[in-house]
Amino acid sequence: MIRLIGILVGLAFTFTVVWAFGWGAAAVIGQGYLVEETAEHEFHEHPKDVNFAHDGAFGKWDLQQLQRGYQVYKETCSACHSLDYVALRDLAQLGYSEAEVKAEAANWTVPGIDPNTGEATTRPGTPTDYFPSPYPNDIAAAAANNNAIPPDLSLMAKARHDGSAYIYSLLTGYQEQPAELLRRFPDAETGVGLYYNPYFPNLNLAMPPPLSDGQVTYADGTQASVDQMAKDVAAFLTWTAEPTLVKRKQTGWAVLGFLIFATVLAWLAKKQVWAPITPVRRKD
Amino acid sequence: MSFPWANQYQPKAPLMRYLDEKLPLPRLVYNAVGAGYPVPRNLNYWWNFGVLAGFALTLQLITGIVLAMHYAPNATVAFGSVEHIMRDVNWGWALRYAHANGASFFFVVVYLHIFRGLFYGSYKAPREMVWLIGVVIFLLLMATAFMGYVLPWGQMSFWGAKVITGLFGAIPLVGEPLQVWLLGGYAPDNAALNRFFSLHYLLPFVIVGCVILHIWALHIPGSSNPTGVEVKSESDTVPFHPYYTAKDGFGLGVFLIIYCVITFFQPNALGHPDNYIPANPLATPAHIVPEWYFWPFYAILRAFTVDLILPAKLWGVIAMFASILVWFFLPWLDKSPVRSGHYRPMFRKFFWFGLIPAMVVLFWAGGAPAEEPYVMLSQIATAYYFLHFLVILPMLSWLERPEPLPFSITEAVLGEDKKAVLGENTTPAT
Repeated sequence: MIRLIGILVGLAFTFTVVWAFGWGAAAVIGQGYLVEETAEHEFHEHPKDVNFAHDGAFGKWDLQQLQRGYQVYKETCSACHSLDYVALRDLAQLGYSEAEVKAEAANWTVPGIDPNTGEATTRPGTPTDYFPSPYPNDIAAAAANNNAIPPDLSLMAKARHDGSAYIYSLLTGYQEQPAELLRRFPDAETGVGLYYNPYFPNLNLAMPPPLSDGQVTYADGTQASVDQMAKDVAAFLTWTAEPTLVKRKQTGWAVLGFLIFATVLAWLAKKQVWAPITPVRRKD
Repeated sequence: MSFPWANQYQPKAPLMRYLDEKLPLPRLVYNAVGAGYPVPRNLNYWWNFGVLAGFALTLQLITGIVLAMHYAPNATVAFGSVEHIMRDVNWGWALRYAHANGASFFFVVVYLHIFRGLFYGSYKAPREMVWLIGVVIFLLLMATAFMGYVLPWGQMSFWGAKVITGLFGAIPLVGEPLQVWLLGGYAPDNAALNRFFSLHYLLPFVIVGCVILHIWALHIPGSSNPTGVEVKSESDTVPFHPYYTAKDGFGLGVFLIIYCVITFFQPNALGHPDNYIPANPLATPAHIVPEWYFWPFYAILRAFTVDLILPAKLWGVIAMFASILVWFFLPWLDKSPVRSGHYRPMFRKFFWFGLIPAMVVLFWAGGAPAEEPYVMLSQIATAYYFLHFLVILPMLSWLERPEPLPFSITEAVLGEDKKAVLGENTTPAT
């Protein structure tokens, strides 16, 4: 009885879904294509190949590069982008001494409370503060940026597919809109106040190209090309997204070393225990 | 219950004898997973996944309880509290990655455990109850995992919660009030997040209870085995300890190595980048997808695209739930007296060339955007999925002619069983 009911129910589901398939297939045949071609489909590009010192299972931070990236963030990105989840004290991890972190923190102006009047005011940052936001709230951010809120950058390297390479590609990817795109998709012309960038999901980005050659002056004498700055800030943002990245990989090797050793022992123990009752393999 | 030749617990130390009189907990363990539990001697590595699932559950409980000490279930601070765990809590990053990937690996071993049960016919009499409780555990696991994914309150947390609770809205008449009642509002917000946290903490303990029932029910008939021939005599079994504790120990080592490679070297590979963006009810992600372990069921949900008597959405919801509920009826749908797929020539073909490819397609299409050709592929796979369980399996038990079974487990392992020659038979054959 259960089997008969089961067969009927099964046929009902099957028929309905095959019916839906039929409609879908008819639609595809009617259109003559599987997926409608759009400018995003055709012209969006995956992040470029780019290598960092922290890549790979044995990767380590390039502290010089992280410091350069921090400088790019400080002098360029921080005008519009916040770094909400990172504290100024975290800069110690970039190789700065305690005194340097204090001095660096004091360069930032953070919201404070006047100790005498209790009124809102500002004061120089201390290592215990978090990076201050450039705007008091989202409405102010949107108002200042043509209605596009500049996203927080703390986690950007983890919040996009292949995040570090994405940041690098986006910063170096601004270009003229290809003539072929305009020919095939005249409606997809980049609008006023937007900038064409094939690494951005919908190809048109509200952020103007933020970097130009020589924009910052690196203390270590590195040439500040757009490519170099993009790479440095991508490395820095990989660090802000996951300050424990290198420690994680190092811990992983220690854990794996122990586990492989323990598993070999477990294998030998298993063989030993089973040896008396394991028959000699037959050949059939 | 156990076989008459099972080892008996005989405590020697005075303290253990005292304990055995007052509270025979060591005896319980001895009989459950110790030398007092006789197990078929021919179990292959597919039989490791039950123990591994138990290990994964324990791992999730321990990491989860510690994470809850640092997490704040409030919509305004939840996302930040997860980042606090990742950055400021000692080894917090390791705990959270272990927990997030632990959920994925829990599903990996549970899926392999279910696969084992399906191929070797473990769901058949006399183990129907073991199977039924197992399906309940799987449903509880899905609910727990779903609610856990909402807790970080990222974009996929929020939109996943919205889509999945929205499914209840497809139910006629009561749908919308039910959805509002479940969420404590019209959209996921603080009320939903708080109750999800509460339930995410509660359900794992319900799972622990069901796991105890699952193992209890298993110990009545004893473990199944790759031949599907029931245990007949002492030479068919070995004591669980040390034989299977040793074998499970090795399996656990291999499991942990794979798990740690992902957890320490690719901890975000199984997650979605959008969940590192704080929840924003005003910005819908381009592709809303649940976690990978829900993809087959998500594919079935989305396969029903055309109204037919019922609205398409309702068909999808019914089919998605039915795709798991059908497992409850499996012991009575598949009436073939032969358990193991090894001895069922037709079943074997449908299993390897039908069900497995269909599941692969459903996994793949469920994670893909809702566009062609993924929708059409998932429709074919969905059709086969229901045909397999509800039509093919019931028919096979009429049509199929199984291959000859070995006389006993001993014969399958050693090539001969002296008792077979003598016609000796200690317990009735099945």
